[in-house]
Amino acid sequence: MTRLAVPKTYKLYIGGKFPRSESGRVYPVATSKGVFLANAAQASRKDARDAVVAARAASSGWAGATGYNRGQVLYRIAELLEGRRAQFVDELRLSEGLSESAAQRQVDAAIDVWVWYAGWADKYVQVAGNGNPVSGPYFNISTPEATGVVAIIAPQESSLLGLVSVIAPALVSGNTVVVVASERAPLAAISLSEVLATSDVPGGVINVLTGSAAEIAPWLARHADVNALDLAGADELAGDLTWIDLQIAGAETLKRVLPPESGVPTPSVERITFFTETKTVWHTKGII
Amino acid sequence: MPETNRFLDYAPAPESTAILNLRESYGLFIDGEFSDGHGESFPIISPATEAKIAQIATADASDVDRAVAAARRAYSRTWTKLSGADRGKYLFRIARLVQERARELAVAESLDNGKPIKESRDVDVPLVAAWFFYYAGWADKLDYAGLGPNPRSLGVAAQVIPWNFPLLMLAWKIAPALAAGNTVVIKPAETTPLTALIFAEILQQADLPVGVVNIITGAGDTGSLLVNHPDVNKVAFTGSTAVGRAIARSTAGSGKKLTLELGGKAANIVFDDAPMDQAIEGIVNGIFFNQGHVCCAGSRLLVQENVKDEVVDRLKARLSTLRLGDPLDKNTDIGAINSRAQLERIRELSNIGEQEGAERWTADCEIPKNGFWFAPTIFTNVSTSHRIAREEVFGPVLSVLSFRTPAEAISKANNTPYGLSAGIWSSNGSRVLGVADKLRAGVVWINTFNQFDPASPFGGYKESGYGREGGRHGLAAYLTGAALESSGRGSSSAALTKGASK
Amino acid sequence: MTIEQAISLAPAERAIQLIGGDLTEKSLRLHLEGLPGVDAVGLEARAASLGTRSIKTTSKAWALDKVIELIDLTTLEGSDTPGKVQSLVAKAMIPDPSDLSAPRVAAVCVYGDMVPYAVEALGAAGGESGIHVAAVATAFPSGRASLPVKIADTKDAVSSGADEIDMVIDRGAFLSGRYGLVFDQIVAVKEACRRENGSYAHLKVILETGELTTYDNVRRASWLAILAGGDFIKTSTGKVAPAATLPVTLLMLQVVNDWYRLTGERIGVKPAGGIRTSKDAIKYLVTVAETVGEEWLQPHLFRFGASSLLNDVLLQRQKLTSGHYSGPDYVTVD
Repeated sequence: MTRLAVPKTYKLYIGGKFPRSESGRVYPVATSKGVFLANAAQASRKDARDAVVAARAASSGWAGATGYNRGQVLYRIAELLEGRRAQFVDELRLSEGLSESAAQRQVDAAIDVWVWYAGWADKYVQVAGNGNPVSGPYFNISTPEATGVVAIIAPQESSLLGLVSVIAPALVSGNTVVVVASERAPLAAISLSEVLATSDVPGGVINVLTGSAAEIAPWLARHADVNALDLAGADELAGDLTWIDLQIAGAETLKRVLPPESGVPTPSVERITFFTETKTVWHTKGII
Repeated sequence: MPETNRFLDYAPAPESTAILNLRESYGLFIDGEFSDGHGESFPIISPATEAKIAQIATADASDVDRAVAAARRAYSRTWTKLSGADRGKYLFRIARLVQERARELAVAESLDNGKPIKESRDVDVPLVAAWFFYYAGWADKLDYAGLGPNPRSLGVAAQVIPWNFPLLMLAWKIAPALAAGNTVVIKPAETTPLTALIFAEILQQADLPVGVVNIITGAGDTGSLLVNHPDVNKVAFTGSTAVGRAIARSTAGSGKKLTLELGGKAANIVFDDAPMDQAIEGIVNGIFFNQGHVCCAGSRLLVQENVKDEVVDRLKARLSTLRLGDPLDKNTDIGAINSRAQLERIRELSNIGEQEGAERWTADCEIPKNGFWFAPTIFTNVSTSHRIAREEVFGPVLSVLSFRTPAEAISKANNTPYGLSAGIWSSNGSRVLGVADKLRAGVVWINTFNQFDPASPFGGYKESGYGREGGRHGLAAYLTGAALESSGRGSSSAALTKGASK
Repeated sequence: MTIEQAISLAPAERAIQLIGGDLTEKSLRLHLEGLPGVDAVGLEARAASLGTRSIKTTSKAWALDKVIELIDLTTLEGSDTPGKVQSLVAKAMIPDPSDLSAPRVAAVCVYGDMVPYAVEALGAAGGESGIHVAAVATAFPSGRASLPVKIADTKDAVSSGADEIDMVIDRGAFLSGRYGLVFDQIVAVKEACRRENGSYAHLKVILETGELTTYDNVRRASWLAILAGGDFIKTSTGKVAPAATLPVTLLMLQVVNDWYRLTGERIGVKPAGGIRTSKDAIKYLVTVAETVGEEWLQPHLFRFGASSLLNDVLLQRQKLTSGHYSGPDYVTVD
C-alpha cells in the first residue's frame, strides 16, 4: 500500500508572510518532462507593490544592523539550508530534471555561496571604503552603505543557486530585496522562502515573487521607491520586452542597473559594492 | 576718506584683466589644433556687464565625429602605448602649467562665469591644479587602486560639464580619465567655455599628444551628439537631473559606462549645541558660495526650533555684510548670476515661494544696472511641501525650516528625491556621527560645508546621480576590471573577484 | 572651591543682572560652561578669509590713520627708565616729525612705576580727552601675587594718574576651574580703579590667551571678564607666545557682539603683542568692521597694544603720500 502524499501549496513570500497572489492567479509548474508538479502563484503588479512596501519598511532595520549581525543572520540561512539539503535536492531533480549528483552540487554550491557572502558583511566596507588624506584639517572617510531597495530578476537556470547568487550579495550591505524567481522553476525559491521564514532574517528583508518576469519587472523598474535593479535573469524576457527597456524605465528615477549575465553570476565583491552608495563624511579637526 | 563714505565701503580693488590675452573667436580644439566648427557660432558675454567676450564655435555632428575619431586614434595609437609613468608626467606638467597661469585662469573664469575673483583665485583654480596633481600620481599605480591587478582603461570618454565651476569640472573629468589611460572629448557649457579654451593652450604648452584631449563647444545639441556617439565607451556628465535622466535613458543597453553628477537640495542641519558663529559662516558658505550655483549647496536650512529665531537673526546680520558686485573686485562676496535664463528661473521660484506663503527677506544691497544679479535671499516660514523647499533653485536663495528632534531632522533631510550632500552642526560627537549615518547623501559635512578635495570622493544617492568623482573611487569610474562603481555592461564579469564557492 | 559649595561672590552689576542675584560659584560655572562651543577650524577659516580683504587707495589711507589713532604705544621692559618713557611719549604726541598731519596715538602703555613720568611728559596733551596713560598692573605679566598686592599695584597706578589699567587674570585659577576666584579678583581690581572723585579708570582685562590655549577657554574667559565689569578684554601681555592672533581677536569680537546683542552695551577689545605690520593691523580693522561694525573703530572700543607697529604704519603712510617707498631711517626710533 502506498501512502497518498500531501502536496504543498506554493505561495508568494512578502513581508515575512506567505500570501497568495492578490490577483488570485496561479500557473502550473511542471517537471522538465512536462509532468505537473504544482500550481505556483502568479504575482501581479499589486503583489510587486506590496513587496516593495515591505522591503522599504524593513530597510532601515536591516541596513542599521551591524555587519557582524547581518553576517550571522546570513550564515544561519546556510545552516538551515544544509539541514534541508535532501528536500532541495529532490526539488531540483524534479523541477530541473537534474541527476542526483548534479542537484547535490547545486545545493552545495548555493550553501557555499551563502557562507561566502555572509563572511563579507563585516568586511566589504574595509575593502571598498577609504580614509582620505585631504589637504586640510579635516577627518575624512568614505564608506559604502546599502543603496536601499533592490529589485532583482533571478536567473532562469539553476533555480536555487541562481537565486542565492543574486540575493545574497544585495543583502550583505543591508539592502532589502524584491526578487522575481525563475519563472520556469520557481519551487525552490518558495522552499527557500520557508527557510528564510524560519531563520533570523526579518520579514520584508527578502520578498519572493513567482510568475512572469515580463509582467512584473516593468512595474518594479518604474517604481519610484526602488533604488536599484539587478537584471541578472532578464536576458530573455517573454514578448517584445528587453532588459534595455527595463533599464530605460529605471532611468526615470536614476536607478542603479546591473545588466544581465549569462548563466549564474560568479560570487564577487563587485556584486556587493554595486548595490552600495559611497558616503563621504568630513569633520573638522582641531586641538585648540 | 570723506565722512559720507564708510570704511566698509572698501575702495574698489579690481583685479586687472590685462593678464588676459583673449582671441576674438575660438574654434574647436580637435587633434591638438583649433579648427572651425560647422555649426552656427555664438557669442559669450560677461554676466556682470553683458559685454561680449568672444565668438564661440558650435560643433555639429560632423565635428563631433571628427573629435571622437581623433580621440579614438589617440587612444589606440599613442595614449595606450605610453607607460603609466609617462601619462603621469603629462598630468604633472598640466598641473604645473595651471599653477603658472593661475591668475590668468582665475580672471578669465570670473569674467566668463560671474563668480567672485576671490573664489576663482582661492578655490576653483587651486583645486584644478590639485586635481591634476593628485591624479597624475595615480597613472602608474593603477594596480593599487583597489580594482585588482591590471585594470584596463575604457577607451574614449565623452564628458559634458556645467557652467557653475567651468574649469574645475573640466579638471574633475579630464584628470582621472587620462590617468586611467582613456582619451577624452569634453564639451564645456554653452555660457562658460572660455577657461576650457585657454586650457587647450595649456595642453599645447604641455605638448600633450594630439587627440588625447579634444574640446568641443556648443549647446545641448552638441552634448547630446557627443554622449550618444556610438564610438564612445564612457560618458561622464555633470548637470541637471533632467538631462542626466535623458542620458541614462539614451545610453541604456549601449555598454557605455556612465557617471552622473546631478542636482541636489541639501539639508544643512543646525542643532542647538552647534558652534554657533561657525555655523552661521557655514550656512552662508553653504548657500551663498558661488551665488548658490552649486549642486551640493545647503539650500534647505534645518534649524532646531529653540534656536531658530537666533540663527535667523544672526544670519540676516551676517548677510548684510556680504558685498555684491563686480566679480573682478577682490572684495566681492557675491558675483553675477551666470545667465539671464538662470536669473529668470531664480526669480520665478522665489516669486512662487512668496505666493506659497513663505516669508521673504532680502539683503539690502545695491544691484548694478547691467548684468544679471540676485541679492542674497532667505525664506522663513517654509514648509516641506513648498516648491522652494523641494526644487533646486541653483541660486542665492535659502529656505529655513525647523525641527524639534534629531529624528525629525533626519526625516526632513532625507525627504527629497535628491541625495547629494548634507551638513550637520553640533558639538555632540556621538550625535553628529549618528546623524551622519542616517542621512541619505553622498557627502556629509560636519561643522563645515562645501569642502572639496581631489582625494575625497564626491557624488550622490538617488536622483543626484551615480558614480563618484575624486579619490580612488573617481579613478575606478574610468577603469574596467573595477570592483567599484561600475555601471552598464562595460564592467566585464570576467574580471570580478573570484568567489570561493568552487 | 567646589561646585557644591555655594560661595557668594563679590557684587558685580552685570553678572547679577544676567545670571541673577544669588550669584554663586555654581551659577557662574553653569553659565560659562553653557556657552556655545567654538570650532577651531571654522573660526580660523573665517579669520583667514577676513584677512584676504584688499584695502586700497582711499580706504587704505583712512585705515592707516585709524590704526595710529587706535595704538596703545607700549614699552614694558625691565630696562624702562624715565628717559625711555619720555621718548615714548614724544613719539606718541608727534609720531612723524616730517608729517604733522599724522594723528596721535590713543595711549601710552607702561609699567605702574613709570606712570608719573608719562603723565608729566604728556602734560596738557594727556588727560581724559587727550592721550591716555595706561598702566599694566596686578603683578603683570604673570599675575602671581596675592590679591592685596594686586589691589595695591592697581591703586598705586591710578593714584599716579593712570587713565587705564591693564590687569591680568589668574590663568592658573581659571585653568583649574576656579572661575569664582578669577571673577572676584576682577571685581576687586575694578573697585581699586575707583578714583577719589568717584570715577573709574578704564579697566582692560588681559586674558593671556596664549596660556588659556583653547578657543572655548578664550570665550569663557572673555565672558567672565565682561561679567565681572571689564571695560575692555585684551588678548595678551606680549610676554607669552602666541600673543594676539586674528582668530582669537575675532572670537573675542564675537563675544563682544553677543554681549551687545544681549544688553546693548559696548565692550572694547584690545589685541596686543605680535602685530607689527600695517598689513596685519588692517586685517584687524576689517575684522572689527565686519564682525561688530565700524562704530567699534574708536579708541574707547578698540586698541592695538603694540610698539613697532607704529613705525611700519608711518612708512606706509609716507609711501601713500609721496608715491615711493620709504625706509627705516625716515621714521624715528623711540
